[in-house]
Amino acid sequence: MKYYRTHILICVDPECLGKGAHDIEDALQDELVAQGLIDEVQVLETPRIGDCSHGPEMMVYPDGVHYVGMSVDDIPFLVEEHFLKGRVAKKFLLTKVEVKDEELGAPTSKEVRVVLRNCGKIDPENIEDYIAEDGYEALAKVLASYTPEKVIDEMLASGLRGRGGAGFPAGRKWQFCRASKATPKFVICNADEGDPGAFMNRRVLEGDPHAVVEGMIIAAYAIGSSRGYIYCRAEYPLAVRTLNIAIQQARALGLLGEDILGSGFSFDLEVRIGAGAFVCGEETALMASIEGKRGEPRPRPPFPAVSGLWAKPSNVNNVETYANVPQIMLRGAQWYASMGTEKSKGTKTFALAGDVNHTGLIEVPLGINMREVVYDIAQGIKDGKKLKAVQIGGPMGGCLPEEYLDRPIDYESLAAAGTIMGSGGLVVMDEDTCMVDIARFFMEFIQDESCGKCTPCRVGTRRMLEILQRICKGDGKDGDIETLEMLCRQIKSTSLCGLGQGAPNPVESTLKHFRKEYEAHIYEKRCPAKVCKGLIRFDIIDACTGCTVCARNCPVGAITGERRKLHVIDANTCIRCGICMQVCNFNAIVIN
Amino acid sequence: MQNVLENIPTTDPVAIPEKRAVIDQILEENRNLPGSVMVILNELQSKIGFVSPSMQAYVSKKMRVPLQQVHGVVSFYSFFTTQARGKHTVKFCMGTACYVGGAEQLIEKAKQTFGVEPGHTTKDGMTTVEICRCVGACSQAPVVVVDEEMHGRVRPAKLTQILRKAQS
Repeated sequence: MKYYRTHILICVDPECLGKGAHDIEDALQDELVAQGLIDEVQVLETPRIGDCSHGPEMMVYPDGVHYVGMSVDDIPFLVEEHFLKGRVAKKFLLTKVEVKDEELGAPTSKEVRVVLRNCGKIDPENIEDYIAEDGYEALAKVLASYTPEKVIDEMLASGLRGRGGAGFPAGRKWQFCRASKATPKFVICNADEGDPGAFMNRRVLEGDPHAVVEGMIIAAYAIGSSRGYIYCRAEYPLAVRTLNIAIQQARALGLLGEDILGSGFSFDLEVRIGAGAFVCGEETALMASIEGKRGEPRPRPPFPAVSGLWAKPSNVNNVETYANVPQIMLRGAQWYASMGTEKSKGTKTFALAGDVNHTGLIEVPLGINMREVVYDIAQGIKDGKKLKAVQIGGPMGGCLPEEYLDRPIDYESLAAAGTIMGSGGLVVMDEDTCMVDIARFFMEFIQDESCGKCTPCRVGTRRMLEILQRICKGDGKDGDIETLEMLCRQIKSTSLCGLGQGAPNPVESTLKHFRKEYEAHIYEKRCPAKVCKGLIRFDIIDACTGCTVCARNCPVGAITGERRKLHVIDANTCIRCGICMQVCNFNAIVIN
Repeated sequence: MQNVLENIPTTDPVAIPEKRAVIDQILEENRNLPGSVMVILNELQSKIGFVSPSMQAYVSKKMRVPLQQVHGVVSFYSFFTTQARGKHTVKFCMGTACYVGGAEQLIEKAKQTFGVEPGHTTKDGMTTVEICRCVGACSQAPVVVVDEEMHGRVRPAKLTQILRKAQS
């Protein structure tokens, strides 16, 4: 292993690649060669340093300096300043406030990073980087000194619950699978992170794939399995790449394969790629997909621990669950259980998105309240607007209103509020969001992704969608709310899998917390947030200067008017797309 | 679906020797893999660009898997397409954050620009417009993906420029 005095980590997240990260990297390499620094400074690629909102990003270690927004032309200056003269190039420095949130384990932060501890800090394509951060030490410890039963006891004591959604204790799952007599057994990692608004698993897979691999090997040892699969969604090509590299490297060092670390224990792993079906995040559907079939769920029991992949005992956990395992084994169950609440232990990653000032990934101890997340970590709502709702748990989750901000985030509290932890997507919505429209959006998603195997989900969600579409168009009628409520109850209690059982949640939670908005749509034919197209019209007011920008941008040519004169929108032609309003520089377009 | 191996169109990959060699190689490499159908179809989709009815029949025959199982898998997953796509693909992310961030407006504008509905290809075979599932770049919403390139925080005024990349 070659030693360098300094490392530059360049973010090659899809978001930064779009802003020319590779060009920056090439320019850096060239400049380092030109300045004779190439043997001292190593340039590495890493996914995600910050939230990628400032253009190309790079991190310089050990200095811990975070540069953003440079272009190829700035590289000679940057290299001269930082690497030759040893001065921080202030011009490209990220402002202090944001550094606080993005630096890992910053003392002022409310965050505790366990799963995300290495993301953006190590080169994910180099196993030595991971090993330098105590990687595979947990595996060595387990293989050398723990019996499989002891591993399971540790897992039970840690209180780690499945991070994929339902929150079933991971140790119990392992225990059941260990107890199954049939062989072979399979260890499966659910990396089919399909919830819109959630991307924490992608970041872990892209930034710290070995943590997942190590977690899976430990799980395999505990349950007595020799074969594992990682089922990754096709939308994450970079994650598939880093995983495959990680597996190859682990194999080369004897951490996967026959007789791991001389312990006599053998285990190997391969990646299987999905093909764009949301329902494959459901464990029985996922296993059907690995078997090469349509990803349709089947009734449980039998649970996968008894009869899973190819009807053999299988243990399915998600990415985040496995990524926690090495740390639990290394630092002890007591340490892990010291974080979180009584029934929800440890930390959880959340993906912050929507109308907040700071978006991106966070990892916080469970039990933190939503207000701290939205106002302290995410720095409040954009443009000083009011918060309307926090959508948590993906399409099977729910929308929580402001009153719920002071409740703790843990499995029980969220369930009591009518939503789920899910994989941890948090989409914050401001006052301009229409909750009926959001319910319709999720129902459209669910309806589209329903596999069609069971009737309540296939037909029921379609009926719900039709009603919601009608309400949004302004054709809602008396009794619609009651019909929706009835359908919610029926679909929930009769659907085959988690997708159908959770499908009514977005509607149920918005009906519960934002019933007035439904009533305004149905009885007053009014969309309070001015979103639903059937209930609004766009008009141009006197502030119009006749600049013609709106008319030129209108996709349907609904806007007419002479230059420097007040323009007019033809309400019959207008499709209410709102583009004119966005492009107008004079705030002359209003919604009525 | 009827068995279409008898009348293979001359333009079908199965009928083109170079493409057929690629298909045969994929089949050969994955022949003994458990659950190989998904893996093979994924490879075909990525290397050939689509899985035509004749290709499905060919896979079924070579792998000794019922055609309805192959077709069942192809029709179940949204990543598999049965027709060739355009030279360029424009994908609009429809995740929650992108939807809240105004993805619908962008799609509306793209429909006007290309004159096709999402899921279709322009007449000149140049561009396929698609709506896709969350690409996991939520902090950059709304997101438009042109071929492999990701564009974030796209405003309608900026879209025209981005779409130009998919027109040549």
